Amino acid sequence: MREDTRTILFAAIVCITCSLLLSGTAAGLKSLQEANKEFDVKRNIVKAFGIDIGEMKRPEIESTFKKHVTEETTGELPIYTWTDDGTETPSKYAFPISGKGLWSTLYGYLSLNADLETIAGISFYKHGETPGLGAEIEKDWFLSQFTGKRLYADGASTEFVVAKPGYAQGDSAVDGISGATLTGKGVEALLRKDATAYAEYFNSIKGNRE
Amino acid sequence: MASAAKKLLMDPFSDNNPVTVQVLGICSALAVTVKVDTAIVMTLALTAVVTLSNFVISLLRNVIPSGIRMIVEMAVIATLVIIADQLLQAFLFDISKQLSVFVGLIITNCIVMGRAEAFALQNPPKASLLDGLGNGLGYGIVLIAVASIREILGFGKWLGFSVVPESYMGNGLALLAPGAFIILGLLIWAQRTITKKVEE
Repeated sequence: MREDTRTILFAAIVCITCSLLLSGTAAGLKSLQEANKEFDVKRNIVKAFGIDIGEMKRPEIESTFKKHVTEETTGELPIYTWTDDGTETPSKYAFPISGKGLWSTLYGYLSLNADLETIAGISFYKHGETPGLGAEIEKDWFLSQFTGKRLYADGASTEFVVAKPGYAQGDSAVDGISGATLTGKGVEALLRKDATAYAEYFNSIKGNRE
Repeated sequence: MASAAKKLLMDPFSDNNPVTVQVLGICSALAVTVKVDTAIVMTLALTAVVTLSNFVISLLRNVIPSGIRMIVEMAVIATLVIIADQLLQAFLFDISKQLSVFVGLIITNCIVMGRAEAFALQNPPKASLLDGLGNGLGYGIVLIAVASIREILGFGKWLGFSVVPESYMGNGLALLAPGAFIILGLLIWAQRTITKKVEE
């Protein structure tokens, strides 16, 4: 019986020590971790606006974001706008995109030019696709293809296609990734889904301009 | 004593390497070795965990009730791993994103539990600390070797610096798990040939 009591006491002490250590660490580091996550989102928004952030350091990206990007929310849908130096009206509009790839949910941002129909840039910041295959969606060669492609035509979302590599045809298609057909299909599906979700919003902006 | 300490520290580098001789910790050795920088951070994280867990468990070795021995070991290891993971998320965010779940999976890394069971429970704290340090670094040296080969073959780079002409296309196989298996297999072969260790 005495042995049992000792075991339970020992287990309790171990549990309390471990949980104190863990909650201490988590509480102490929380603000730094939150700041990192916020910065990661900002960096990807800036990237989605078609800005080359390859050589940019953290303060530069922060200041670019602060200077040019404004966050607006319309109902449920978050929107980020990009305003060029010396102008008042936004020149690009970005919104978050997400959907299923092969192994994981893909998260990213997509930005439209001032015409609200063609793509200015796109980025993916979180996914769990296979390195070397599906993970190529975050590479520049894949992402740069989207620039100038048409996401909307006459106010309706286009049937965007991620085609078999080498077979992309027309204004609303890009080459997919060899060996990652299903990730490509996922990108195609999420672009169509989110384009449809935002169609009304972009139409209302167009309506206000006229 | 000095030579005994040296043996504890150095043995895991070659003669008793946890990866190439004992073939433990293979999962992470395949998963985080696409690039050298992730391999280095993983090495540091695992070394810190195995060194500290060996030390703590060795300190407790005479008071742990035998019935809950393994659960206590797991609790110590898990606590250390979560702290390591939290620190990475706070200070090395980009690398922690690339390592994703594999930092958390240090908890299940056989090397950590193996050293706690096989060494720390029977030996004094100082020796256990050295044993943990040696095994962590012995694991790391293999990780970094595999990562170096994969990054050079796959991207033509080493630690992010180009080491082969720009025209090099990159070998996709080296970046995938099968490529890692082949490289790791060749390393094990080379190492066992040199140390003349043969399985019975």
